[in-house]
Amino acid sequence: MSTVIRIGTSTCGQAAGAESVVGAVNAYVDRRQVPVTIQRTGCLGACHNEPLVEVTDNDVAVLYGPVSPERVSLVLDRHFGGGGGRWVDPSWILSRRPDHDDFPFLARQTKVTTRLCGVIDPMSLDDYLANGGYMALRDALRMPPEKVIAAVRDSRLRGRGGAGFSTGTKWEITRRQPASPKFLICNADEGDPGAFMNRTMIEGDPHRVLEGMLIAAWAIGASKGYLYVRAEYPLAVKALRNAIRQAAEYGVSGKNILGSGLDFEFVIKEGAGAFVCGEETALMHSIEGQRGTPSMRPPYPSVAGLWGYPTNINNVESFASIPSILLNGPAWFAALGTEQSGGTKAFALTGAVRASGLVEVPLGTPLRTLVEEIGGGCKSDRPVKAVQLGGPSGGCVPAELLDTRIDYEDLRRTGAIMGSGGMVVVDDTTCMVDFARYFLTFTQDESCGKCVPCRVGTRKMLGILTKICHGQGTHQDLERLTRLCETVRTGSLCGLGTTAPNPVLTTMRYFEREYVAHVDAGLCPAGICSMRPGTSTRAA
Amino acid sequence: MHRRVSANPIRRFNYQGDPLAEPAPADLMEILDRYRGQRDALITVLEEIQARYSFLPAKHLQYASRELGFPLAQVYGISTFYNVFKLTAPGRYQVRVCKGTACHVNRSSAMLDHLSEKLGIHEEETTADGLFTLQTVACMGACSLAPVMVINDQTYGRMTPDLSWEILSELVASERPRV
Repeated sequence: MSTVIRIGTSTCGQAAGAESVVGAVNAYVDRRQVPVTIQRTGCLGACHNEPLVEVTDNDVAVLYGPVSPERVSLVLDRHFGGGGGRWVDPSWILSRRPDHDDFPFLARQTKVTTRLCGVIDPMSLDDYLANGGYMALRDALRMPPEKVIAAVRDSRLRGRGGAGFSTGTKWEITRRQPASPKFLICNADEGDPGAFMNRTMIEGDPHRVLEGMLIAAWAIGASKGYLYVRAEYPLAVKALRNAIRQAAEYGVSGKNILGSGLDFEFVIKEGAGAFVCGEETALMHSIEGQRGTPSMRPPYPSVAGLWGYPTNINNVESFASIPSILLNGPAWFAALGTEQSGGTKAFALTGAVRASGLVEVPLGTPLRTLVEEIGGGCKSDRPVKAVQLGGPSGGCVPAELLDTRIDYEDLRRTGAIMGSGGMVVVDDTTCMVDFARYFLTFTQDESCGKCVPCRVGTRKMLGILTKICHGQGTHQDLERLTRLCETVRTGSLCGLGTTAPNPVLTTMRYFEREYVAHVDAGLCPAGICSMRPGTSTRAA
Repeated sequence: MHRRVSANPIRRFNYQGDPLAEPAPADLMEILDRYRGQRDALITVLEEIQARYSFLPAKHLQYASRELGFPLAQVYGISTFYNVFKLTAPGRYQVRVCKGTACHVNRSSAMLDHLSEKLGIHEEETTADGLFTLQTVACMGACSLAPVMVINDQTYGRMTPDLSWEILSELVASERPRV
């Protein structure tokens, strides 16, 4: 077996300059005439060390990062000789074992949905097949659909978009609808700022998502599946287009799939940059070619969705979990998690943390494990102040609650939510009032305008928060802010409005002293707010 | 005889014939023809028009409305609802500064302010030479490399205000020989 050089070239790798690294590796290989296979892979998750290069000779695998183009020849000389006595900086070597269990960032993770991300070439169907690809689909097609649904229900898989509804139950409801045709939608409109789980999964292992959808199609009796992908993810769209073409050639999409009688086709719908389209009814309107505004539920999409037909909507990560459930059995998946929810959850760990990237852990893992053991604490060596979960719909968990287990119910008790997987760590140089204001800027901007409490309420809330950040707030403003939170939460149709107050409510709950300091003393304890009207809140 | 002037502005409108009397340009028709009769295709059509012309020219929206049978109000509604659609021509380089949470915490706003000052334009504006349009984007999903800047399709991570301006300056320099 010759040497394999793997280079991570998904969006994060490219942002760090992976394309020039590929060029440098190619140039090196041409110059030295060494027999190697160069493979472009997705992201291994260790984005803080991008660009990542892994060199595998026979049974030795070494993972390097960050590898700039200038470092390429130094690193490769280690394997092909001729280094002329130059040494590779030991800190560039992240791991020396094929399973990376000597690299703390990866060793503490349990990879299920992201198992092949950064390992295989996402553009190669053969790579996926060689790693057990489409085996779960073959198994599923030999089972009656009811048994597939039962397996998914027994696995205790819950919606990974954040709402946490039982996936098996949702499939069951859609299956029972008499109307036909039925549709599937894969929600890849990952709009939460600070979240990139879906992007990494699609860019790194697109066939897994397609396989999950095909199994769902068999279980539900759906004939067409839409993949609604965010406009900001051009590489993900490219990977999916390629995977769909390969799936058709391989015979796992189209007519009579693998001789089972199942007909199914994939359609990619590119989003057009509207955060609200992550909400299922708005997303369906967008697929129908209309403005993406939400509508009243019930009827739920399972009953009357796209063009009024039963439609099953799941998140990318939910679909990506399905093949492993069928291959390893629902009991295995359920045992990974907690009593109420099975399996693993991927998080985009970012912010002030030392090691940031995509992290997948079993449900029930304490937040502290992610922040301190995997993330390595704050890169500033300052104390962790809070962890923000779920983006603009979520809330902040303060440092003293870091022992909270990652579970839908446990997190909700803190006022935060599981969310889709955004996890932003902040240290004590972040002003929580400014942080809440940041999220309100976002929701205010992204409100579709249909519900008045959301459209006007978020604007008013932002106004009050800005006033406080400028040192002009009063205690009356704080009361008004609390009342507005309640109005916006109860008076809005969709998740955007009902959850928009969460960042404000949780920061007021845990960091009330900071709000009071802004109002009473005209002071920003973190030193972030300028406390002068008409200036940018963040000091340059 | 006394001539009455109507107060109705429409009466005074100087009719110049059908603005769409000319047939639509061939490359536009090629896009429209592919989606004729598809009721769910409007967003996709506009995305394709924008991909070809780099923005949505007003006349092209009118052609799309007439050829595909969507009311012009609906076409206009869609083109203003979604953030990706632009109704004016962007610069040769669309510079987008990420405003995602991780970028915010890592001070991407300082980079935006710096670029805005150096280019002498605000957000959503284009420089007089038509080279740069300055925009912000909600999140590019490259949060581990925050703060992030995107120029056309190229993503640049681990930026600082000075570094981002350096990259823009290089682009300016690369443009010069052509002029």
